[in-house]
Amino acid sequence: MSELLSPEILMSIMVAAMGGATVILFAALGELVTERAGIWNMGVEGTMLVGCLVAYLVMAGTGSPILASIAAIGAGMVAGLIIGFMTVTLRVDHFVTGLGFNLLASGLTLFWFRSYVGGGKPPSYSTIDTVPIPGLADIPILGQILFNQHLLTYIALLSVPVIAVFLRRTTFGLETRAAGENPQFLEAKGLSVATRQYAALLFGSALTGLGGAFLMLAFADQFRPDISGGRGWLAIVAVIAGNWKPLRTMAAVLIFAILDSLAVHAQGVGVDVPYQFFLMLPYVASIGLLILIRSRSGQPAKLGVPYLRH
Amino acid sequence: MTSPTLEVTALCKSFGSVRANHDVTFSVDAGELLCLFGENGAGKSTLSACLTGLYRPDSGEIALEGTPLRLSSAADAIRHGIGLVHQHFVLVPDFTVLENIVVGSETGLFVDFASAEARLRQICESYGIDIDPNARVEDLSVGEQQWAELLKALYFDAKLLILDEPTATLDVEGSKKLFRIIDKLKADGVAIILITHFLEEVMQADRVAVLRQGAVVGIKKTAETSPEELTRMMVGRDLKRQTRQSTPMGTARLALESVTVEGLGERPDLDDISFCVHEGEIFGIAGVAGNGQRPLMEVIAGVRKPKSGIISLDDTVISSKGVHAIKSMGLGHIPEDRFAEGLVRDFSIEENLILGEHRGTFAKGGLLDFRKMAQNAKRLIAEFSIAAPSGETLVGNLSGGNAQRVILAREMQLASKVLLANQPTRGLDVGVIDYIHQCLFNKKAEGVAVVIASSELEDLIALCDRIGVLFQGRLMGIVDARKTNLEEIGLLMAGHALETAV
Repeated sequence: MSELLSPEILMSIMVAAMGGATVILFAALGELVTERAGIWNMGVEGTMLVGCLVAYLVMAGTGSPILASIAAIGAGMVAGLIIGFMTVTLRVDHFVTGLGFNLLASGLTLFWFRSYVGGGKPPSYSTIDTVPIPGLADIPILGQILFNQHLLTYIALLSVPVIAVFLRRTTFGLETRAAGENPQFLEAKGLSVATRQYAALLFGSALTGLGGAFLMLAFADQFRPDISGGRGWLAIVAVIAGNWKPLRTMAAVLIFAILDSLAVHAQGVGVDVPYQFFLMLPYVASIGLLILIRSRSGQPAKLGVPYLRH
Repeated sequence: MTSPTLEVTALCKSFGSVRANHDVTFSVDAGELLCLFGENGAGKSTLSACLTGLYRPDSGEIALEGTPLRLSSAADAIRHGIGLVHQHFVLVPDFTVLENIVVGSETGLFVDFASAEARLRQICESYGIDIDPNARVEDLSVGEQQWAELLKALYFDAKLLILDEPTATLDVEGSKKLFRIIDKLKADGVAIILITHFLEEVMQADRVAVLRQGAVVGIKKTAETSPEELTRMMVGRDLKRQTRQSTPMGTARLALESVTVEGLGERPDLDDISFCVHEGEIFGIAGVAGNGQRPLMEVIAGVRKPKSGIISLDDTVISSKGVHAIKSMGLGHIPEDRFAEGLVRDFSIEENLILGEHRGTFAKGGLLDFRKMAQNAKRLIAEFSIAAPSGETLVGNLSGGNAQRVILAREMQLASKVLLANQPTRGLDVGVIDYIHQCLFNKKAEGVAVVIASSELEDLIALCDRIGVLFQGRLMGIVDARKTNLEEIGLLMAGHALETAV
């Protein structure tokens, strides 16, 4: 057990955690904006999975991580559009929609992957490299953890303050929050609730798709069924544990990512605790966080309530 | 001559077969206060929804400063300078006052909070409204929220301001202040439509348009009319305050002996209550709200059980029986909260009318007899003048007055011996109140023992034979309604015991 606490291993755990956090953070930030607009999107897991597969197909086909990321964003937006049509236009229960979509995504990606591979061996590619930031990457400890990461990790971390400012200070952010707090208010101001909810879903699902792309590009050289492995669900938990605030949501994401990274390293180092125990940690932590942080003061008042126009 | 700010010509709006607005024509000039006066369900809200783009009229014309308008959304109305102050605030509680106001009026990417706040402060100052722009709405009192709601409309320089029952949440001082603001707005040339059913406010307007059943029945200058005339126009007939008829009272029908009901805390909800109500008697319950009226009604109806004491109906002890057993002995109960306790919003009128009886006459071998239900509904809708397109209309879509008529229709059928009515007229307009009083008199004439709790003391004095006054769960005294006055009941309500028992 003590091997895990050596400085090198701890360092390695943290470095890997930042990468793992990127996947969940993109999805969590997307879900946060979506939920602030009043849509309780339960389809994050499925959206991420679709993002993973599309990123894989494009990466395997073209070898371009940029194209793969853009394609995954597009795939995420298609998923958002479907969920939006169900929840906003048809006013189907948000939970039922999300759960249904996840089942659809799980089956559809598997089917698509199998028919792509056919009988042969699935193509693979080499994962993308990190981009050290000149100067900053040489800072001891912190430089390795924060400034020797993938480009998308920097983007994910920068998104946190950007989204916080967006929600607080921009006209569109204010309107997005109003849609989640009191849709009738927006309608009375002559603004469309549906437009804002669709926009939030498209934005949120695009980020989730990008998270899926990063999972494929940085960690896996080929697609596997249900490769997203519950990270979409952790994103939803992070938003709740973060009380619908960007910075706190990031903190929750980091806790999950560090535990996840710990599990990987525990296997590598060969600790004499069954490794399944470590694999379980992020999910135990998610339940623990929900029990510990029961404040729901930041929850939008009309979250998950289908809005019927006059 | 300049065109009036707003001119409405022959406006019609129907929902299904119900004509909410029919051939409505009126105008408002700049700097004029016009009052829309009418009963609940007379079409005032539909009219204001048509004027603010929420509904599209079926026919007719709306012209603003001489130019015809087609309003297809609230955005259109706002763009043309038509502001609406909602009766039920439409605010985001989690936002500050300023955030509530700027949504929709900012065009850039970032909200310019500094200049918006400066502008808001200037508006507040010029109208004498004292409110902190950076306070969160949920931290404000209800009265302050009303000012925030008003500021939403003032912020965008409305030419026409529609105020939908704005004083319902204001105290006397607040109402005065509102009318000072209205005067200032008039001086600034804003045309104002005030929707209300308070006669005192109506008389402060320049002109009054009276609506009845969706149509304008008359437009009067307030200087040339009287409250009595307006009321007559509104209900379409003379309203005499109904007073009790001297029906001979029979024997004791409903009797309570030392009834005590436990409360949540130390103090019992009802403490040693004894009285009886005779055949053909209307017995009033007066008291400040929350002094035991509700437990009293509920313990008689069997909803709650007494800790001690006996309640009997025609010499049969009912205090140990269940609600259904008691009701089937001939007891009708009009509960205090009509939507929470008296009706199921998502059920149709037909279904609501048989609630409680759905296992009896309306069931056939475990299945509901739809034909019988429909016949029952048809008969009662006609008899109790419930304004609804059909018996299949959901009760949640009815106005408060019509919803109360549904409860009345159901409970009056049941009340062959005792009728309990807790605040049956609360929030309703004079037409419906008058109708409810008539129903109570009909029951009295049939020999039913009627118990009514109301906060309208003058009504109680006019209606009842005797009035019992509750204070902290105790019966302070029973007075003869013929000989009492407001002062005497007021003292009892405040907990002063009666000097001479009746």
